[in-house]
Amino acid sequence: MLNIKLQLDQDVLHPDTIKLKPTRDGFGTGLIEAGKKDERVVVLCADLAESTRVEEFKKTFPERYIEIGVAEQNLATVASGMANYGKIPFIASYAAFSPGRNNEQIRTTIALNDVPVIIAGCHAGISVGPDGATHQALEDIGLMRMLPNMTVVVPCDAFEAHRATVALAQLGKPGYLRLGREKTPVITTEQTPFEIGTAYTYVDQENPDVVIFACGPFLHTALLVAESMQKDTTSVSVVNVPTIKPLDTKTILEHTKKAGAVVTIEEHQRAGGLGSAIAEYLVSEFPVPMEMVAVNDRFGQSGSLAELTKEYNLDQDSLTQAVSKVIQRKSI
Amino acid sequence: MSFLDDATLQNLESKANQIRQSIVSMLVEAKSGHTAGPLGMADIFTAFYFHILNHDPKNPDKEDRDRLILSNGHIVPVRYATMAHAGYFPLEELKTLRKFGSRLQGHPERHMLPGVETTSGPLGEGLSQGAGIAYAGRMDKKKFFTYVLLSDGEMQCGLTWEAGMFAAANKLGNLIAVIDRNNIQINGTTEDVMPLEPLADKWRAFGWHVEEVDGHNISGFIDAINHAKAITTAPSMIIAHTIPGKGIADIEYDFKWHGTPPNADQGAEFLKELRTLQGKIEGGHSE
Ligand SMILES: Cc1ncc(C[n+]2csc(CCOP(=O)(O)OP(=O)(O)O)c2C)c(N)n1
Ligand SMILES: [Mg+2]
Repeated sequence: MLNIKLQLDQDVLHPDTIKLKPTRDGFGTGLIEAGKKDERVVVLCADLAESTRVEEFKKTFPERYIEIGVAEQNLATVASGMANYGKIPFIASYAAFSPGRNNEQIRTTIALNDVPVIIAGCHAGISVGPDGATHQALEDIGLMRMLPNMTVVVPCDAFEAHRATVALAQLGKPGYLRLGREKTPVITTEQTPFEIGTAYTYVDQENPDVVIFACGPFLHTALLVAESMQKDTTSVSVVNVPTIKPLDTKTILEHTKKAGAVVTIEEHQRAGGLGSAIAEYLVSEFPVPMEMVAVNDRFGQSGSLAELTKEYNLDQDSLTQAVSKVIQRKSI
Repeated sequence: MSFLDDATLQNLESKANQIRQSIVSMLVEAKSGHTAGPLGMADIFTAFYFHILNHDPKNPDKEDRDRLILSNGHIVPVRYATMAHAGYFPLEELKTLRKFGSRLQGHPERHMLPGVETTSGPLGEGLSQGAGIAYAGRMDKKKFFTYVLLSDGEMQCGLTWEAGMFAAANKLGNLIAVIDRNNIQINGTTEDVMPLEPLADKWRAFGWHVEEVDGHNISGFIDAINHAKAITTAPSMIIAHTIPGKGIADIEYDFKWHGTPPNADQGAEFLKELRTLQGKIEGGHSE
């Protein structure tokens, strides 16, 4: 079922052998590679070195690590100044605070200035779990996607996060990288291709009933749904859309035309996220029945990932229902 | 010189110790959450809920209550534990900390639990909210005090100083803030990460009445609050020197315990240590 060309992890659909790793780990290793390749790369952090995984960079390149303290607005603006001069700063904090708290500083001094600062928003989504609503950023994709000049990347697993980090370092433009706290399925391998701005077809059905576009770790849920629905002779294609901006409209249009129905899934508010981005594009190019599986205008809360996934209708059942519903709508 | 009699003081110290025991049990049960800050602030929370505040656990919204704003929301286990001991809700409920469906969210939320006053967790937002409450209360000639508890890490947030300027400019004598000066944050000591000193001088320069106290000396702390209440022409800042992880010798002063909960074995050890201390307090040999 899986696209062989992409060399995905062989265990991704095997519950017993599946590997788990948080995307933030890939960010940590990616930074080291980016730092070795280009000595202009610097890292700024706001008192969260260990949990954002920049600790290793700090040890490897102590002179290129800058501690800001609990001051996310200063984090963004000092980085802007350094980029203005010619450095390539990564700024690391939790998404709720960066780009949450420092949104206007990012808007003016990074995006409008058009300087290459990469914002790493860790602990994004409901998967932060027990910390609760204050720490569960569910609007960061929207905030960043609305800014001109900004590139927005949401890696599906640690390998993709590694590659995205290395790629973003060489972008030469403002970028946002969304990362998660929890261990989530390893979907790709070191051989799996990644380029900013490209969507990848993970399950390519010949006559699909539906195509699911996904970003982030919930891509895995899409793969599980495609597999289980195939047994009921429902044919579901799955496309990984790690770059939400700029959107790979060519790939999205191709799949939409082929399937005639679209479902999206992401760990974000329905307003402003991946589904919203795709809907904005398709509404004028090729409107088809579409369902969005996302958090629907609610704040998060404390709980385990499994409990919250169910509560916010992001689980496998909810995605399956959305697929069935969109197929029904197609036939009306 | 304290105005507390010995029996009252012993009672408060014993309460603080019981609250520390509850904090340890809650964190063990939750398997996530913050240990150092809550243990360090148990004496001050006890002083507030069992001596200083005008409040009513059975009527948490009563209009003339003193407002206690917790700015550094991550230490909320100490607030939950103290509130439960004060009678806001059953002690049993402390076990639900950070669990799905609980009123005791990982970081406090205003609409979840009566008496928490406001939502916090993202640092640096408490002093401004407290200033807003104090300002509004004064507009309506209300007599209550607004207390804001801050961490030293929050001294790095620009917003804290914006609030400081506003409160002094408006002579908010009904606003009293307390800094948990425990010298730690996540990446290390505050003076290594982003130095704060001379902290008292900074607040004085901002126009605040400033006192420095030992945050584990309950009667000294209450004295400082009384001085602050008597100052009506400026907001007051009490810098309370505390020991992170206070009460558990092995973890005191260690910044690595900022956000780590004890596991079951460690929890049992910690509780043993606190119970021994409880015996000493009740026997009248706390120091
Ligand atoms: C705006 C914001 N940035 C970052 C964090 C993450 N954070 C939580 S606690 C903390 C350490 C702050 O130091 P302090 O409050 O003094 O911690 P403690 O003394 O309790 O260890 C940080 C950076 C946060 N909660 N809010
Ligand atoms: Mg501190």
